[in-house]
Amino acid sequence: MTTVMFPRQEEAIAPPPPKISTRNLNVYYGDFHAIKDVSLDILPNHITALIGPSGCGKSTFLRCLNRMNDLIEGARVEGSVLLDGQDVNDPRTDVVALRRRVGMVFQRPNPFPMSIYDNVAYGPRIHGIRRRSVLNEIVERSLRQAALWDEVKDKLRQSALALSGGQQQRLCIARVLAVEPEVLLMDEPASALDPTATFRIEELMQELKSQYTIVIVTHNMQQAARVSQYTGFFFKGELYEFGETAKIFTNPEKRETENYIRGRFG
Amino acid sequence: MGRAADASAGVQVRRRGEGVTFWSDRLFRTVVVTCASVLGLLLLFFAYELWQSSTLSVRTFGWQFWVSREWDPVRERFGALPFIWGTLVTSIAALVIAVPLSLGTAIFIAEVAPRWLRQPVSFVVELLAAIPSVVYGLWGMFVMVPWLREHVQKPLVERFGHIPLFAGPAVGVSMMAAILVLAVMIIPYITAVSREVILAVPQAQREASYSLGATKWETIRRVVLRYARVGILGAVILGYGRAVGETMAVTMVIGNRPDMTLSLLQPGYTMASVIANEFTEATSPLYLSALTEIGLLLFAITLLINALARLLVWRVSRGEVRY
Repeated sequence: MTTVMFPRQEEAIAPPPPKISTRNLNVYYGDFHAIKDVSLDILPNHITALIGPSGCGKSTFLRCLNRMNDLIEGARVEGSVLLDGQDVNDPRTDVVALRRRVGMVFQRPNPFPMSIYDNVAYGPRIHGIRRRSVLNEIVERSLRQAALWDEVKDKLRQSALALSGGQQQRLCIARVLAVEPEVLLMDEPASALDPTATFRIEELMQELKSQYTIVIVTHNMQQAARVSQYTGFFFKGELYEFGETAKIFTNPEKRETENYIRGRFG
Repeated sequence: MGRAADASAGVQVRRRGEGVTFWSDRLFRTVVVTCASVLGLLLLFFAYELWQSSTLSVRTFGWQFWVSREWDPVRERFGALPFIWGTLVTSIAALVIAVPLSLGTAIFIAEVAPRWLRQPVSFVVELLAAIPSVVYGLWGMFVMVPWLREHVQKPLVERFGHIPLFAGPAVGVSMMAAILVLAVMIIPYITAVSREVILAVPQAQREASYSLGATKWETIRRVVLRYARVGILGAVILGYGRAVGETMAVTMVIGNRPDMTLSLLQPGYTMASVIANEFTEATSPLYLSALTEIGLLLFAITLLINALARLLVWRVSRGEVRY
């Protein structure tokens, strides 16, 4: 009754519906049970960090969200991943369309051996955009969003491989942004970069947060603490603890989380 | 401070290495230097021998040898153009057939086939490379040539005989037969090398493409093949080199007639097969010398193909960096 009487107030208090939610997600590589029963909600326009020791399944979990595990032979996924309420693992799901909506940035910068321009234009081109003027616009906008435009605007025709590691990673971010995804998955995007380049990527994530849902996997706990609003701690394939970043880092509920955060293992 | 100390330590270590050269190091060095120089010397020796033995022909015919169409052992008039023509036509046409088939097979094995099927298919393709060329020749002579004559060449002559490319009569042994045998023979090489090159494309490149919403075909065409193109070019040139030099199987099906004809249905001759075929009959010094000069030419052409290949690969790989 009360909910009927104060609907507006309810709405104001309720958090926005999750952009992505997983329910009882399990992943197996052959006999290896890599992800165990993970249920997790990821809110839109926030940065969610996934931390945990090597091999704990955080990257595997991330790759479930855009079905990149399809590419790994012998990988089996059970349970559901809902993107805006629709099951990603449904056999009827158009994987190509899904990956357009859920973009990914990888651990090592992986630009194509093409010009800077062609790298950014790759996505729009495969999605059928041919008009030069439109492509130019997308390339400039994406590079500006990725805070790379000023550094490369005079050498768009040069090879992307000539850029520094940090620039290459921002180029990869620009390349993802060019297909206008809704979600950005970042798999340790700064682990191969120096501190300055890392700082730029983190800065960039803060700017992108307002328009995208960002999930970042990181080894670096300071990074997780700096950039994210929510943090999930993975351990041995399970989601041990999930909550607001401030709480996880100051007052974790589980001993394993605390040990990891205090640097006692991992 | 620390850096300066490190540097002086480094200099000391290097000085110590300079002073003492162990006898085993010297022996090792001698052995590998010898190995490397023997190969170079062998190449030079080949060139010198071929040049020496062909001087008689070179002096007699001069530049005419390369452009003359006449090959008459009885009157001792020799010209190499028909053989150059036959070699070029058969090898290039074989490449045109083999490259798409090989690339398709390589892509299937590396990108499309389920894992359990990869090994068997690769194995079968590579078995083709293990068959001795004389066996290809036998099969070509007794199976393919009669079949070609009845079911391909005769209908072609009937319908398209007015086009010079398919001018009759249908005799079976022909450039067409040589082209087909050559194509089958070079497919395993181009396939195997292309497959390796495609498999060597980093998975990160494919993942980058898929994660942007590319389909499998788009990923293969725009990313995998693009990344692998230099290596694929190398594979094609390797195949071409084999097609140019192949002797036995071609000799058995091409008909061995020193004619220059546009028709694929007519017999031809290649440089390699004329040397193999007529060397034992070359009784006069001039005849022998003319054959050796063809050998020299084949040697030079092969070197040229390789040089061209290197240049191309070099330019493409440089272009990749510049792009």
